[in-house]
Amino acid sequence: MSDAATLDAGTREAIDIDRSRGDFSYPESHKFDAGHGLSAATVDYICDVKEDPEWIREFRHKALATFEKKPMPTHWASKDLENIDFDRIRYYLSDGVRPTRSWDEVPDDVKETFERLGIPEQERAYLAGVEAQYDSEAAYSNVKEELEKDGVIFVNSTEGLHEHEEIFRPWFGKVIPTGDNKFSALNSAVFSGGSFIYVPKGVKVRHPLQAYFRINSENFGQFERTLIICDEGSEMTYMEGCTAPKFETTTLHSAVVELVAMKDAKLQYITVQNWSSNVFNLVTKRGIAHENAEVKWIDCNIGSRLTMKYPGVIMKGRKARGEVISIALANSGQHQDTGAKMIHAADETTSNVVSKSISVGEGRSTYRGQVHIPKHLKGCRNNTECDALLINADSRTDTYPAITVRGNQHATQHEASVSQVSEEMLFYLQQRGLNEGEAMSLAVNGFVNDLVREFPMEYSVELKRLIELEMEGSVG
Amino acid sequence: MEAVLESGSVLETAPAALEGVPGWFNELRQAGWKRFGELPMPSRRDESWRFAKLGQLEFDGVHLAAEQPPPGHRGAPGLQKRAARFGFVNDTLTEEESNLPDGVICLPLKRAMAEHPELVRAHFMQRETKLGSAKFAALHQAHVSNGMFIHVAAGVEVEDPIEVFHWLEGDHIVAFPHTLVVTEANARVSVVDYFQSDQKARGAWAVAVNDLVAGPGSQLNYLVLQDLCDEARMIQVNTTTVDRDAAAKAFILNAGAAWARQESLSLLEGEGSRSDMLAVSIGRARQEYDQRTFQHHASPRTFSDLLYKNTLYDESRTVFSGLILVDEGAHYTDAYQTCRNLMMSDEAEANSMPGLEINADQVKCSHGSTASTIDEKELFYLEARGIPPQSARQLVAQGFSVEAIARLKNEALEELVLSFAAREFGRILGAS
Repeated sequence: MSDAATLDAGTREAIDIDRSRGDFSYPESHKFDAGHGLSAATVDYICDVKEDPEWIREFRHKALATFEKKPMPTHWASKDLENIDFDRIRYYLSDGVRPTRSWDEVPDDVKETFERLGIPEQERAYLAGVEAQYDSEAAYSNVKEELEKDGVIFVNSTEGLHEHEEIFRPWFGKVIPTGDNKFSALNSAVFSGGSFIYVPKGVKVRHPLQAYFRINSENFGQFERTLIICDEGSEMTYMEGCTAPKFETTTLHSAVVELVAMKDAKLQYITVQNWSSNVFNLVTKRGIAHENAEVKWIDCNIGSRLTMKYPGVIMKGRKARGEVISIALANSGQHQDTGAKMIHAADETTSNVVSKSISVGEGRSTYRGQVHIPKHLKGCRNNTECDALLINADSRTDTYPAITVRGNQHATQHEASVSQVSEEMLFYLQQRGLNEGEAMSLAVNGFVNDLVREFPMEYSVELKRLIELEMEGSVG
Repeated sequence: MEAVLESGSVLETAPAALEGVPGWFNELRQAGWKRFGELPMPSRRDESWRFAKLGQLEFDGVHLAAEQPPPGHRGAPGLQKRAARFGFVNDTLTEEESNLPDGVICLPLKRAMAEHPELVRAHFMQRETKLGSAKFAALHQAHVSNGMFIHVAAGVEVEDPIEVFHWLEGDHIVAFPHTLVVTEANARVSVVDYFQSDQKARGAWAVAVNDLVAGPGSQLNYLVLQDLCDEARMIQVNTTTVDRDAAAKAFILNAGAAWARQESLSLLEGEGSRSDMLAVSIGRARQEYDQRTFQHHASPRTFSDLLYKNTLYDESRTVFSGLILVDEGAHYTDAYQTCRNLMMSDEAEANSMPGLEINADQVKCSHGSTASTIDEKELFYLEARGIPPQSARQLVAQGFSVEAIARLKNEALEELVLSFAAREFGRILGAS
């Protein structure tokens, strides 16, 4: 829209990704299919197909029992959750292809899907490694030699638990226990796919590691399980992005992501979520930061029907830091229920939460936060800022933080505001030749600009584009 | 004072029919009792009881008073200049004094029901309890036997405040104080509700309901001074409705009680209405203050401003849960909410849940919540002027509370609140 006015042809071509091209799907060819519905037999089927070790089978069965026991959290969460029909969901599908190392071995139709999303080729050269997930198995993974040389492990979670059990097992399910919530229990019972990353002591991974996820089967839920461990003094950034083709019936996505930052490590996890608007995206994400370590979540939610996601950091060691930077955009028919959870468990730990949400049309965005500073700690600090922008008269926004502070040696502050794009601002921009829609789009991009800059360059370009697309037709 | 008969808990005592009240009032009490039985006790799963210590809801052996107290004043000396004063001991009227202009009905509930039955009935317990204590509001409805009814006719302005004293006396006694204030168009009144007790009121309870109805263009100021003994507990359910261009201002001081929960709901019903919600809580020992607020904007161009300030000593604990709700169509609303906690001890705990739900356009809303300790620089400044560190801390803490008190914008009422606060700070300084 406003590109023509502000960008030259070359730049426009370079950044142009037509997101409407996400509206397609290919014939399904799954070798393994656990069928509809969830039972102990489903869990056994998954274990058999994936050749899980016995301890994982036990883990899955226990998780299934927990899932069945836990009630839906509808006493505080959206009643829309009741529309998930667990009996109509397929819990495991595989295209039967083992993760492959070279691009040439990836099946053509999968390749084409990625091609049309604009993922590989150009970006491949630029990015350290691509872990692309097609349905529940990683269809393609490419870890550069450089990473292997440094001893960095970047595989899918199945491979992680089979081949690196000594590193995988001590942390698996420890950051987020199975019983944390109903959906973490569900994930623990049926998980497949997702990444396992281990960065050895002192290794600083220069390029961000990426994984693209993609749902491509009707009624099919993805239950990725990601575990990332950064050993002492190491640094890495992980990027997760997703788009999904549109389906007619509901799709459930329920991932669990666990991060571990050992002493002095720095771990950054970036998500751009753009599921189609029939997806329930119910995700549990949490990190542990040990002494002087830093865990940072950068989270952007644009798609899905209902997203419930509250990335958390447990600051376990002295001087640990936790941060959540979050952007949410809710359009008509969408509810972005996001937030942050900061658990201070050691002295001099600091946390920062900055959340910006935009509600367009009849969209609803919600911020839920928890900050907990227990007794007998010294010098903990938290800063929370939530800003909401309402675009239309029917737009809706809610904020529900909860802050617990014990003791007098801490400082917390929480601020939230709700506002509109002022008529003066729109008038000013229209004076300079933009139409109302372009002016609104520019104002909204300005509102999130300071957060968008936190994203890596190619993501921030994509993000601005996505916001522009979402804003189309919101005014006038 | 000991009751001769060991009666069962008030939770198991069905209300008997009262004499000298209209039939509908007894029916209402029965309906309240039925509803009390139907509603569940608050549980850990209730969002409206999040962070609350449910163990505080201890009613074992808590019973209604059996004896008639002798007349006379109990509690704080109160204001020099006042328009009226009424005193209740365990819900029985023990003092009354009135110097009110024409057009003001200011009567104990029982008498008001006899003299103005339709007026009382139109406003009595008409609002739904939404902030968690519906069961206790029902218990109140079942056992309420007296209270204050204040009605100010259109255009009448009452210059000096009306004082109502609620005094608890006796071991494990329960009272159900009720204050209903109605202002008609362009009227003006200030009401001060005192909640106090003798030092022997161990395990005593006050389950109070307070409704404020501000008619068009009226001004209604309401103060709660909660100064119960350290072993008493209290629940107060407040509902305020504010009509077109009216202004309601409510202030709560928490100085006493082992545990006090206040639920304050302000419904901005008429266009251009305004609600100010203020509170100062000074916690010490193991005191707990649990405050739930709701700023409900149902009309356009409405304004609300909430400021709650908590100072926490020793092992005291506060819970603040506030929600601003802006209805669809309530455009051009301004709503603000601030809760600040001053942590004076390493054992104190502050919980805050400031919330916003916005469904309208052209709205200015914000909330802020902080918890921190005294700035060392402020202490240094005072100490450099020869003030000992402990007094300096007390001064800063008092100054912290003053921000909310000053918003009363009424010298006599500010002085009254300050006298309670100063006594409380003095007690804390003396004990340390």
